[in-house]
Amino acid sequence: MKKRILALIMAATMVFGLTACGGAAEEASSDKGGLIKVGIINNDPNESGYRTANDKDMKEMFTEANGYEASFAYSLKNDEQITAAQKFIQDGVDYLLLSAADTAGWDSVLKDAQAEGIKVILFDRTIDADPSLYEASIVSDMDKEGQTAVDWLKGQNLGEYKIIHLQGVMGSAAQQGRSGALDAAVASDGWTLVTQQTAEWNAEKAQQIVQSVIDSGESFNVIYAENDDMAKGAVAALDKANISHGVGKDVVVMGFDCNKWALEELLNQNWNYDGQCNPFQASYINDIIKKLEAGETLSEKTIIMDEKGFDASTITQEDVDKYGI
Amino acid sequence: MQNKEMKSLSESVMKLFRKQIFIPIAALLVLAVFNLITDPSFFKITLGYNSVGDPVLSGYLMTILDYGSELAILAIGMTLVTAATGGQDISVGAGIAIAGSVVLRVLCGTDSRPETLQAPIIVAFLISCVVAMLFGAFNGALVAYFKIQPMVATLILFTAGRSIAAWINNNELPIISDPTFSYFGGFIPGIPVPTPFFIAVACMVIIALVLKFTTLGLYTQSVGINESSSRLNGLNPAFIKFITFVILGLCVAVAGLIKVSRLSSINYSVIAKDIEMDAILAVALGGNALSGGKFNMTASILGAYVIQFLTTTLYKFNVQSDALSAYKAVVVIVLVVLSTPVVREFLSGLGKKIKAMIHVKEVG
Repeated sequence: MKKRILALIMAATMVFGLTACGGAAEEASSDKGGLIKVGIINNDPNESGYRTANDKDMKEMFTEANGYEASFAYSLKNDEQITAAQKFIQDGVDYLLLSAADTAGWDSVLKDAQAEGIKVILFDRTIDADPSLYEASIVSDMDKEGQTAVDWLKGQNLGEYKIIHLQGVMGSAAQQGRSGALDAAVASDGWTLVTQQTAEWNAEKAQQIVQSVIDSGESFNVIYAENDDMAKGAVAALDKANISHGVGKDVVVMGFDCNKWALEELLNQNWNYDGQCNPFQASYINDIIKKLEAGETLSEKTIIMDEKGFDASTITQEDVDKYGI
Repeated sequence: MQNKEMKSLSESVMKLFRKQIFIPIAALLVLAVFNLITDPSFFKITLGYNSVGDPVLSGYLMTILDYGSELAILAIGMTLVTAATGGQDISVGAGIAIAGSVVLRVLCGTDSRPETLQAPIIVAFLISCVVAMLFGAFNGALVAYFKIQPMVATLILFTAGRSIAAWINNNELPIISDPTFSYFGGFIPGIPVPTPFFIAVACMVIIALVLKFTTLGLYTQSVGINESSSRLNGLNPAFIKFITFVILGLCVAVAGLIKVSRLSSINYSVIAKDIEMDAILAVALGGNALSGGKFNMTASILGAYVIQFLTTTLYKFNVQSDALSAYKAVVVIVLVVLSTPVVREFLSGLGKKIKAMIHVKEVG
């Protein structure tokens, strides 16, 4: 008897599931009067302030008012992202916008997309696939970000450079670009690295690493943190040990990503420098789609976004409002 | 005469050897001696002033007391859970994110950057305690009443907890500018010892009193040793398992307050990352069987400080921080191997042989 009821329930759910699926398919196939269908695959917006700003920017751009019908899928896992891409291909989107969690494994699904005539645009992250499989890729140049920051640091003309270098998760593009520029300058200009450690984007770890240097009694005058969170952790350790930091003080504090609160620290002269990592790719993507829809060809495949570096002595409230994420 | 002395000495050494607390003490001694040899300045403590002008003690030992304390608090709850259920809660890191997020949410209200606190800190803390205990109760119910493996049951919150934490604050990153909030993870003006240590001491005193004056310790151990026989003796094993998870929830809330107070802010994806592994390691380092049963709370707490001692030592020697977990893994391997029956038998056999040798000498 029990089994029969169970079977009945299962049958009922299956039937219900079928009708639900049917409904969804119907909705997808109905054409909403010339809207461009885009499938957007992104990383989890909770991952960081950068991602939150990025997701918000995308959602504001790809609206019906702007002529788009957008579907979103989020995951930090590559295989889940690939599954989402396959679903979007089945749904018959016109464009697939992709910020891949991992660089590998995208070839076959992108070939499927190409076979269906779906155009792929990468944003924020590149992938290891044949460039013919995607139309364009809009990225930050992490090497340039690092170089801008290091050039700024050179321009400060400190008597000596004793640097605490807090790195991001080792191997990530941001870490490699931002570390590379500093490493080159250390080698060529005779700067000293007091410590070079990965704090894995984590404020608490950064605080412990800087605390450890302070406890050892070694002196330093620059903190080069590869994101704002780590700079914040470092500053917490400095405050505890009464080491002054900021404009005209003992220690120069540098961060990246331009979080709003970090730019406010600059405005208050507590930090010295913050490098931008531009999360606002939606307008670039919009331009590309408009061009492709008009039948134009793109002049270049890789588009590098404009990125700034802010100096505490010149930053203004407008900068904070405009560029803070 | 000399032989007799030797015998009694070896016996007392053997006794200490068999005591559970020997393991963390030995680990602590090894680390301390290692640091003493390589660089005695490790033990230097200096009195200075922080940027607000309050006296603070600083030095590696203070760092250990500071950061080890939140781990010690978690170790208290984790020991009870381990003893009663024979499993571990792997969601404490995510739980800290939730508890911390609740504290900030209550303090900030709807504005993520308040000039003044919207509620007294104690109210925010009590609410976060209630929330963390509810999540503990959720874990506990899954384990105690639905008989799900603790690690599987807590995997749910381990996965979902950080998203819940972000959702509580609408995915914003609140920052609190009120200096009184930073006391819990920093220093109270005029007192040069880090506050987390006092909070940990308070927790230790409370748990010591609870274990002394209630039957909690006895009941958790008997449930952990043999569930069915403790039921036959009139205990309610399910309820006892449940209650240990709720107590762990409370510990999580306290640790969460310390964590968010350190930076007066929160980052949902990385706050208290991998702390569950350190908490479990503290229990293991305390010589407690991870399969449940008898436990020694003092040893666990000591284990927590030993882990921080290890972490701080590794930082001092500029070991890459992403390699830290590899060193901790070595410690785990050694502990687990030492606690297997095969090695135990071998060691006790060795002990008996030494004893016999001394005995033979005496007779001869």
